[in-house]
Amino acid sequence: MFSRTYKLIVTLPPLVWVTAFLLVPYFLMFCYSFWSVTPSQTILHSWNLDNYKELVVKTTYWQTLLRSMWIAARVTIFSLMLGYPLAYFLSFYAGPRKDLLYQLVIIPLWVSYLVRAYAWKTILGSEGVLNTLLQYVHLTRHPLDFLLYSPFAVVLTLTHIYTPFAVLPIYAALEHIPRNLVEASHDLGATPTQTFWKVIFPLSIPGVVAGATFAFVLSLGDFLAPLLLGGPSGIMISNIVVSLFGAAYNWPLGAAISLGMLIIVVSLLFVSERLEKKWSFS
Amino acid sequence: MASPPTPAVAPTARTPPDTKPILLSIKNVAKTFGGNAVLRNVSLDIAEGEFLTVLGESGSGKTTLLRIIAGFETASSGEVWMGTLRLDLQPPYRRRVNTVFQSYALFPHLTVEQNVAYGLRVAKRPAAEIAQRVAEALDKVKMTAYAKAKPSKISGGQQQRVALARALVNRPRLLLLDEPLSALDANLRRQMQVELKSLQREVGIAFVFVTHDQEEAMVMSDRIALLRFGDLEQIATPREIYSRPATAYVAQFIGHTNLLKGEVRGGIARCASLSWPTQAPGGPALFSLRPEHVRLAGNAPEKSPEKNQGVRTRGRVVHQAFHGATELVRVACVDGLVLLARTAAGLVVKNEVELEFSPLDVVPVRESRERK
Repeated sequence: MFSRTYKLIVTLPPLVWVTAFLLVPYFLMFCYSFWSVTPSQTILHSWNLDNYKELVVKTTYWQTLLRSMWIAARVTIFSLMLGYPLAYFLSFYAGPRKDLLYQLVIIPLWVSYLVRAYAWKTILGSEGVLNTLLQYVHLTRHPLDFLLYSPFAVVLTLTHIYTPFAVLPIYAALEHIPRNLVEASHDLGATPTQTFWKVIFPLSIPGVVAGATFAFVLSLGDFLAPLLLGGPSGIMISNIVVSLFGAAYNWPLGAAISLGMLIIVVSLLFVSERLEKKWSFS
Repeated sequence: MASPPTPAVAPTARTPPDTKPILLSIKNVAKTFGGNAVLRNVSLDIAEGEFLTVLGESGSGKTTLLRIIAGFETASSGEVWMGTLRLDLQPPYRRRVNTVFQSYALFPHLTVEQNVAYGLRVAKRPAAEIAQRVAEALDKVKMTAYAKAKPSKISGGQQQRVALARALVNRPRLLLLDEPLSALDANLRRQMQVELKSLQREVGIAFVFVTHDQEEAMVMSDRIALLRFGDLEQIATPREIYSRPATAYVAQFIGHTNLLKGEVRGGIARCASLSWPTQAPGGPALFSLRPEHVRLAGNAPEKSPEKNQGVRTRGRVVHQAFHGATELVRVACVDGLVLLARTAAGLVVKNEVELEFSPLDVVPVRESRERK
């Protein structure tokens, strides 16, 4: 079909790109994670497992990782709880307004992440919109301080940011359900509720799994929301990695944590891939 | 096909001919989609245990009628009654009606067995009863061996059987079938026509069968309801609809026919140079004459005894088409009229022929409504 030269020209740029920006960095990260750093902050290229030992022994890292996963899990649950009904409404009941509403889900993705995170800061802060309102209507006398700089703020912001990522795959899965299956279910005597749980939901599981994976993986690795809104109690594992690569200048330990997270994420993707396959029938 | 002398215009039998109790009554049902009339005041009754075919071309409204009975569409006006129950006010899941969908609509995430059990499960029947009835239903459609298979792993014909079992296991009072055979190849299709018909006799449930295939309708039905652009043109037994078509469209849609456009005056119909006695009222009139009722007299080997008022004409053969058991001969008559005659196959037809038909076989038909 195509000449060898043509194939080479077409495949070379992505190949170079992937090698230079993915494979080489991963390889370097892998190497760094087995090296160490001296107190005088020079990196020793001697191979050892000290970084991994520290990860296992020091509870800070464990706890932060667990907290990050817990935050990501909550974000995932809330994104699904908000995203599924929205996608369901869009797909089944929006009628002619479907395209417009779909665009409204997409549009927030065009707005800078930072802007959205800062928006929450102005809403949740002690002088913020929410606290001012609560005091104005005399629901509270003093500003509520748990609103900002807390895991709550992080979960709220990440849910806001990642819900569209949950909506889109669920919507796509719902759109793929042949409508005559819904009719067949009603025809066989199933009420709308029974039809939802016995036909629509099972057939939308691939979308739910994909949406959950997006929300979980993206929020697990997030560091801006905890940085801007998390405060000391809302720190996530990525913040530690950032500081290890920055101020703390301990690249080897940072690389070891990153590698650990990479393993977690890749296994998650693997599991979700299997789940999606198991539940897709087209 | 000799037909007994019948009234000039065939009665439109909207009610079943025999004394079987009426199961479902459709009363003046109309449906418009965005200003387009898809169904216009359709009224008909379906008897217990009847096999009624709703026949029509695409766009005739036949599927819409079925969907209104099933509850997937609401009628713009009119009523559907099942006994004393106003069916069209019930949601589809409360109607004792089940549907076999055109594309079968089997649940892809459930096995064959689970698909068949679905209706009983949602009705919360006891597990033992479900197991027994599902096994019986699968046995009836010869799909027991595939009970644990997913729908994607079985063939179209097998999916069809599962769809049937899934509907029948609920013991509906009425089964709706939306062109269920259209996806099958010709051989399987003919086989399924026979199986479906015998299954219907066996279970004794009324079937409403939608198709665009007139041959299928003739073979399977107790009665045929013929729809055209949302109008019910005629509802009658296959024999009656063939021998006594109510409208020009019915006569042409079912089998071949000669449509004779003429004038009736004083009990005599005239068309070109032909004339015959008729009971049709005076004025312009339309008649249907089946080709098998036109004898090629000049060609007949034996001199057939003259029927007392046989109408005769002569003409030139312009075309002869072989149809297996018979042949259709197109004859241009001396006065410009073109008549179609059916003869036994293999008959060598002369160039010049004499034609003869009996006035009793000429059926007055109504003009069909023009499409708006």
